[in-house]
Amino acid sequence: MSSSPVAGPAPTGPSSGAMTGPSGQPAPDRRRGPGRTGRRFRPVSAGGRNGPQRGARRGIARYWPQYLAVTPYYLIFSVFMLFPMLYTVYLAFQRWDGIGEIQFVGLQQFRFLWDDPVFWLSIRNTLVIWVLSTVPMLFMALVMAVLVNSTRRFTGFYRVALFIPSITSLVAIAIFFAAVFSNDFGLINAVLKALHLSAVPWMSNEWTIKLVIAALMTWQWTGYNAIIYLAGLQAIPSELYEAARMDGAGPVRIFFSITIPLLRPIILFTVVISTVTGLQSFTEPQVMFGSDASTNPNSGGPGRAGLTTLLYFYNQAFDNNDFGYAAAIVWSFFLLILILVIVNWRLVQHKERRP
Amino acid sequence: MNSQNRRRLRGLSVHVVLMICVVVSVFPFYWIIVMATNTSQDIYSFPPKLWFGDNLLTNIENLFAKMDFFGSLLNTMIVAVGTTLLVLFFDSLAGFAFAKYDFPAKRFLFGLLLAMYILPTQLAIIPQYEIMVQLGWLGTLKALIVPAAANAFGIFWMRQYTSTGVPDELLDAARIEGAGFFRQYWHVVLPCVRPALAFLGIYTFIAAWNDYVLPLVMLVNPDELTLQVALAQLYAGHSTDYSMVMAGVLLAVIPLVLVFTFFARGFIADATKGALR
Repeated sequence: MSSSPVAGPAPTGPSSGAMTGPSGQPAPDRRRGPGRTGRRFRPVSAGGRNGPQRGARRGIARYWPQYLAVTPYYLIFSVFMLFPMLYTVYLAFQRWDGIGEIQFVGLQQFRFLWDDPVFWLSIRNTLVIWVLSTVPMLFMALVMAVLVNSTRRFTGFYRVALFIPSITSLVAIAIFFAAVFSNDFGLINAVLKALHLSAVPWMSNEWTIKLVIAALMTWQWTGYNAIIYLAGLQAIPSELYEAARMDGAGPVRIFFSITIPLLRPIILFTVVISTVTGLQSFTEPQVMFGSDASTNPNSGGPGRAGLTTLLYFYNQAFDNNDFGYAAAIVWSFFLLILILVIVNWRLVQHKERRP
Repeated sequence: MNSQNRRRLRGLSVHVVLMICVVVSVFPFYWIIVMATNTSQDIYSFPPKLWFGDNLLTNIENLFAKMDFFGSLLNTMIVAVGTTLLVLFFDSLAGFAFAKYDFPAKRFLFGLLLAMYILPTQLAIIPQYEIMVQLGWLGTLKALIVPAAANAFGIFWMRQYTSTGVPDELLDAARIEGAGFFRQYWHVVLPCVRPALAFLGIYTFIAAWNDYVLPLVMLVNPDELTLQVALAQLYAGHSTDYSMVMAGVLLAVIPLVLVFTFFARGFIADATKGALR
């Protein structure tokens, strides 16, 4: 269920270089005037100056306008996100079809999950598609960013043209890829035929199905990542490059000794975002192959080759009405994502730490 | 070859490679138009037609017979506009409170926003569905607009912009004249944060327009769909009539992309700012 992180702060993160911590830090404009002692909370810029007002109305009630201002978000958040997420944890230990009685079954759903070959197939599919898309995506994005950064002409045009895929409807693009890679009538096979090569049954082979989905994700997000890298490249002071050039370093040496290390925080950000969104692929196979598991045993395409974990989750929840099992799937999957994000984080940080 | 020539050649090759990337990026749009303007037979024939045809109107006619295009369009507009207005209002207000005021539990509340980035929405979707059943909202557009009105990114974004983009002097002046929180918001903050609202508005509108998962789950009535769900169903039901399906894709997607290119330069600059924060 790829969300579209057209823009979003890094989820978490040690900050360095161009990145500043996403939050948790005090507002930069907070004034630490003499009137600060003794009262922890007060309007930021009113305190100290408007002395006589202070202490007039103490207590939490004094802050009602601020609480009222943030209430809509937290109200909706609590009702439609926080409570449902916790309720999903509860559901993972029950058996429920959405209509009848909720029945406590303990760890049975997780035991079933552990022995469910389709679940593990979906995990494998998800991981393979993720690797097939993320690795070329981030690599090509870096190359594209370096190229755009090396020139002064047409950069505005390149940025817009490369960014457009990321704001395009995923449903539309999934239909487009399914049409272009279609076994019988697709453009790709027509081109292969014109080159006197044999046509490839893209949409029925276990590996090519994954390849097509990965190609779609790569098409959609490479330009976005390139734009992000480009912003990072432009923040590297040009004196560094000049100094390296004067020391006799070639372009390759400069790339690996200056560009990559200074870009590390941004690479980290893109790796985390790509991990979180890349593992959540759902719409691509759902639109390409249809998903209704109650009528179609091959959800996710022939041999279930495109059955990602979230598509399997959706099948169990909304086609089979097996809410308890679906809840177990989605929480197990979330823990897997969390582990992979942490592993990736460590990997990128470690690999690029200079000795 | 002297060094100046070599440099020129290298510059040229950079543009050649980048132009290839651009062609790959925009090729789908070109090919969608080619498919939507030809007949399905043209697309199936070998070699396929590579240029625009004149069958677009017939394809659109077929499309309107198979799909309630304008109904879906209207639903999508209502959802996108409704979500965007709510997000702009809620998030600028909350952003102001977070940026310019200290209040008990502020840190904790702000930390909760962060958590929203790591928690995938699917963790909540089953109970969400049940809540909508209980509220009687299932199948209605409310079920899409209300949950989407809680936008953590928007609060981040507005807080960041408000803390630097709204001068404290102006707020102090307003306070001296006796303006309370909400009058400061209306008369001082809103005029100052317009650029940030423009970005957040475009961003929210596009996300709502393109959203697929929530409408897929919540819109159970086949006559009341958004464009994305209607398109996916059209494709599932008529997957071989490419020219008709592509006419739908063309009408549902290309206008948004075209409109986007007008705002693109400023939007992309803001998007990277948001990402690198």
